[in-house]
Amino acid sequence: MIVLFYLAAAIALISTIAVLFQRNIVHGLIYLILSLLSVAVVFYTFGAPFAAMLEAIVYAGAIMVLFLFVIMMLNLGLRSREQENSWLSNGIWIAPVIMSGILLIQLLNVIRGQSQDAVIVEVGVREVGLMLFGPYVLAVEIASILLLAGLIGAYHLAKK
Amino acid sequence: MYSIPFEHGLILAASLFALGLIGVLTRRNVVFVLMSLEIMLNACGLAFVVVSARWQHADGQIMFLMILTLAAAEVAVGLGLIIQMFRRFKTVDLNVLSQMKG
Repeated sequence: MIVLFYLAAAIALISTIAVLFQRNIVHGLIYLILSLLSVAVVFYTFGAPFAAMLEAIVYAGAIMVLFLFVIMMLNLGLRSREQENSWLSNGIWIAPVIMSGILLIQLLNVIRGQSQDAVIVEVGVREVGLMLFGPYVLAVEIASILLLAGLIGAYHLAKK
Repeated sequence: MYSIPFEHGLILAASLFALGLIGVLTRRNVVFVLMSLEIMLNACGLAFVVVSARWQHADGQIMFLMILTLAAAEVAVGLGLIIQMFRRFKTVDLNVLSQMKG
């Protein structure tokens, strides 16, 4: 399981970097799906199979298909490749990489020193469901209203 | 029964967050910017799940569910905005939105 965790983490990092360097938008999307699926494997190794299933179904399934539909609707065509090449000149990477690197170093500094091992006990659907419809039932209601608002907002915005 | 150093899970989450931030800052294609935002949200959810595994609670997974809901709603509205932008400006370049006109 530990080997599985490190393998999935490596695949997640590599495919996320591949998303950043990708010129072709559909290829970038497929790398992103790979990254999300490997994060789902990381969830599974951390004893959260329910979260892993939801990651695969909702993120890698539903949300990414939504992206794919919109990319097909936009129908960017062949000229988008030259556009991307002209937008991503070499110098553009430097400042964002430095700033994000500083932020990452700060985050790692905060994380460092908490080196207890997490003994993995599977927290399955039963426990999550009991919590979700017990103490967190108000959050479920609010989330459903949020989804309704998102639905109405998307319908209104995409209307001609 | 096995154990994973939970620091490494948090390091993975922080690295994914920083990579998503690089994507948001460098890209000019608005679809790629939205994808990088998804990477960042996913990294936050990963941190929640890792921490909930550390204390063997279900609370972190419930927060992950909330982040999932938020991401779905955000992507629906964001893609609607992208469609509207493409209709008006015929491009996915973010820089055209810097003018306050029409």
